[in-house]
Amino acid sequence: MTTTFAFLGQFGEAIDFIFDEHESPAGGAQVGGLSNMWDLMREHLKLSIEAMAIACGVSIPLGLWLGHIGKGGFLAINASNVGRAVPSLALIAFFVAYVGVGFTNLVLALVLLAIPPILTNTYTAVRQVERDTVDAARGMGMTGFQIVRRVELPLSLPLIFGGIRISAVNVVATATIAPLAGVITLGDPIINVNTYGDEGRLAAALVVALLAVVTEVSLGGVQRMLTPRGLKLTTAGRRRHPFPITRREVIS
Amino acid sequence: MILELAQVQIRDRTDTCESNNGFCPDWIADNFDRYVDPFFQHAYLTVAAVAIGFGISFSLALVAYRRRWLINPVTQVTGILYTVPSIAAFFLLLPITGRGDDTALIALVAYVLLIIFRNVLAGLDNVPEETKDAGRGMGLTDRQLLWRVEVPLALPEIMAGLRIATTTTVGLATLAFFAGAGGLGEQIFSDITFKSNVVVAGGLAVVLAAVLDGLILLVQRAITPWTRVVAAR
Repeated sequence: MTTTFAFLGQFGEAIDFIFDEHESPAGGAQVGGLSNMWDLMREHLKLSIEAMAIACGVSIPLGLWLGHIGKGGFLAINASNVGRAVPSLALIAFFVAYVGVGFTNLVLALVLLAIPPILTNTYTAVRQVERDTVDAARGMGMTGFQIVRRVELPLSLPLIFGGIRISAVNVVATATIAPLAGVITLGDPIINVNTYGDEGRLAAALVVALLAVVTEVSLGGVQRMLTPRGLKLTTAGRRRHPFPITRREVIS
Repeated sequence: MILELAQVQIRDRTDTCESNNGFCPDWIADNFDRYVDPFFQHAYLTVAAVAIGFGISFSLALVAYRRRWLINPVTQVTGILYTVPSIAAFFLLLPITGRGDDTALIALVAYVLLIIFRNVLAGLDNVPEETKDAGRGMGLTDRQLLWRVEVPLALPEIMAGLRIATTTTVGLATLAFFAGAGGLGEQIFSDITFKSNVVVAGGLAVVLAAVLDGLILLVQRAITPWTRVVAAR
């Protein structure tokens, strides 16, 4: 075992664990090292990406449609209030007890977790598009679908991506407790500490924290890229700080 | 290793409803006692974390409101604390602060800072310029203006932030048992495949979130009587 990071104490042992294989404290198998961590990471990402893809596929069209016709606001706004009140551990446990363990069931649970912020933000974003703009588009002879596709969606993209970002970070965090439902993600060294040891658990915590921050930062970058230049100019002039939270508890 | 010790089967194997893993009202009635202490521990963790977090971020927001250059650095630092999953934060803190309530509280407080900070600031920024001018015209000093005009008018956003922070913290505190701080999560985890257990422990967490949310709403109604007049019109 190399002791390159020994000066960092327990954190050094954890970093060693990420790069070098160790013998499992339970005996027998080798754990740790880059290929082991990469396997766990791949499953973690696969789970998160599948859940996010389904959640986006459901909630963006639904939010656009509800926002366009201006109905169902109560549902769309309160979805995230209810979603926040249900602890993710309780949701996963509920699925384990009533639906069963396994990859598909867990994806479903994470989808339920990811939908509310995206739905709320999509709906709110469409409702915030100025009515004059929509009227102008209608006056130009655009159909309802064209208005959604070419006016409301582009103007809503930044806020929609704000919702996706919140959900994605939450899903990446919650995928950590996936081993409780029989899916071996980066949470495995945290849940099954007997197999991986204390340094494995700390290593997994480090990698999960890093993964969440990278997700947040990279999606934040995409969000800025997707903001139409005209929108950036007007918001910079109008707002005095870059993070809007309105009385209606919009999350951005 | 401690986790494996915690994962004991709480079911008595002789009773049919429990051994068939059904939803057992009788078992719940007989065993409700075991959820009482974790419930209050959960409530304590939530209220303490939100109270400490509010103290820190409200002060930060008041300072940043006058010294605007502080907004970006504070947002970025608290943003990173907000992004790090609490389950990871608990284990990252263990080598430094050890197992127990303190570790759980530090991670939970770190999480709510951003939520409250940006709500307080948004509330203060939404106070109309004319209102502030009127206050200055009446001879209020900056300090009086802040406490008598700006903070009261920012209360709806501040309380909205508190409500978001509280319900979120109830959810995160279900993971606090990983840091050795108990709570309802420990009960969920103790027999995660047992339907009755999962429903009661998870249900109590949702109830706790709803009750605390309702309490904050009541306080908000009481301290902002003018918002009701507007709503009634």
